[in-house]
Amino acid sequence: MKPAPFEYTLAETVEEVVALLDDSEGDAVIIAGGQTLMPMMALRMARPEMVVDINGIEDLAGIIEDADEVIIKACTRQTTALESAIVAGRIPLLAKAIAFVGHQQTRNRGTVGGSLSLGDPASEIPLAALTMNAHVTLQSVKGVRTVPIGEFFLGPMMTACESNELMVSVHFPCWPNSERIGTSFHEVNERHGDFAIVAAAAQIHLDDKGICTGAAVAIGGAHDRPIRVPGLEAKLLENKIDKEVIQLALQEISKAIEPFDDQHASADYRRRTAQTLAERAITDAVADAQAGLQ
Amino acid sequence: MSKLEIAVTVNGKKVSGTVEPRMSLLDFLRSEIGLTGTHMGCEHGVCGACSILLDDVPVRSCLMLAVQANNHSVTTVEGLCNDDGSTGELQDAFRDAHGMQCGYCTPGMLISAHALLEANKDPSVDDIKEAIGGNLCRCTGYIQIIESIQLAATRKVEAGSS
Repeated sequence: MKPAPFEYTLAETVEEVVALLDDSEGDAVIIAGGQTLMPMMALRMARPEMVVDINGIEDLAGIIEDADEVIIKACTRQTTALESAIVAGRIPLLAKAIAFVGHQQTRNRGTVGGSLSLGDPASEIPLAALTMNAHVTLQSVKGVRTVPIGEFFLGPMMTACESNELMVSVHFPCWPNSERIGTSFHEVNERHGDFAIVAAAAQIHLDDKGICTGAAVAIGGAHDRPIRVPGLEAKLLENKIDKEVIQLALQEISKAIEPFDDQHASADYRRRTAQTLAERAITDAVADAQAGLQ
Repeated sequence: MSKLEIAVTVNGKKVSGTVEPRMSLLDFLRSEIGLTGTHMGCEHGVCGACSILLDDVPVRSCLMLAVQANNHSVTTVEGLCNDDGSTGELQDAFRDAHGMQCGYCTPGMLISAHALLEANKDPSVDDIKEAIGGNLCRCTGYIQIIESIQLAATRKVEAGSS
């Protein structure tokens, strides 16, 4: 249960990190919160030659906002995002998701960017980011590029982030008229704080007559990556969302997902649970948005 | 592999050491400076027995490298004792309300409970459950642990008002 030996560098700048990553040709890994990397190294599932610590780079932590978006720097602690007034006010779905992530001891170290970089198909922060159409900024020695979150997750624990790239920030667009937006996050797990078996997130926008003018619904843990359900969203749009509309829309989920069997649950259980959790998430998000209308 | 010099403030005292990069903070505390109060359970971040305070917030010491604690401040369960080495108020409450059985999880429970009570003088049962949610007790003595934390909170309030 001890990691294999490695060299360690406490980086001072992003430029230093990307230069090290480029030189190492895949033998170097980034440590941010370490809440996944440390167990992986202890179990010898990861044996890096070099560990590059980005915790000393002030420029990689913090939450800023402008008129259109909230920007969370990649090495921002999950606890910081969970307790942030900006997150609560402008992108509340993220705070609702982080409440399910691990425990206070892990959230105090674990980072927002770290969770996204891992690309676990059942992880909460990726699901919330996908629901909100976030995009991530990746930097390498060649420069900076932006990847929409919908193109970032490629499969289980696989992302578009190359081995010579560092995630520097996550951009969450904010929908206008935030008082009419409702959000909800639901998941089923074995114990609170564990990875989700299945999770669902919803963000719903209503106009002043209560008609749905924006809908984003995503499912985690029931596919090889977190997945949006555009067919379902289309059936919510331009409707007054009631039980009947939701039931009709939910039928789209099983067309979109390809769930898998594992030791936690069968594919069939995941399929049924995805529908149930999506129903709860949509219902609660609509209620949340209606509360903003009054 | 090269070794690195580190300096850490542990329970208010400056300590230094020369460590391999791969050494966990947990191993540093237990093996290098002899503070064996922090327990080693699962060693991969599941059980919470190794919880400590890093700059006053609870973290798992098995999920940190010792080199990452360089120039930071650490509080271990030993740091919850009074200056004369006798048990502190929270530890007394755990003893009085039978908040332990085998005692293996106790250092982590005490650290989580301490952090909770520093932030919240009057925690509800749900607040306590949330705070100790990352600490496993395999004797399943959770009810007495919750009662111990409630007792410590009550005693703190009484001591403050008298």
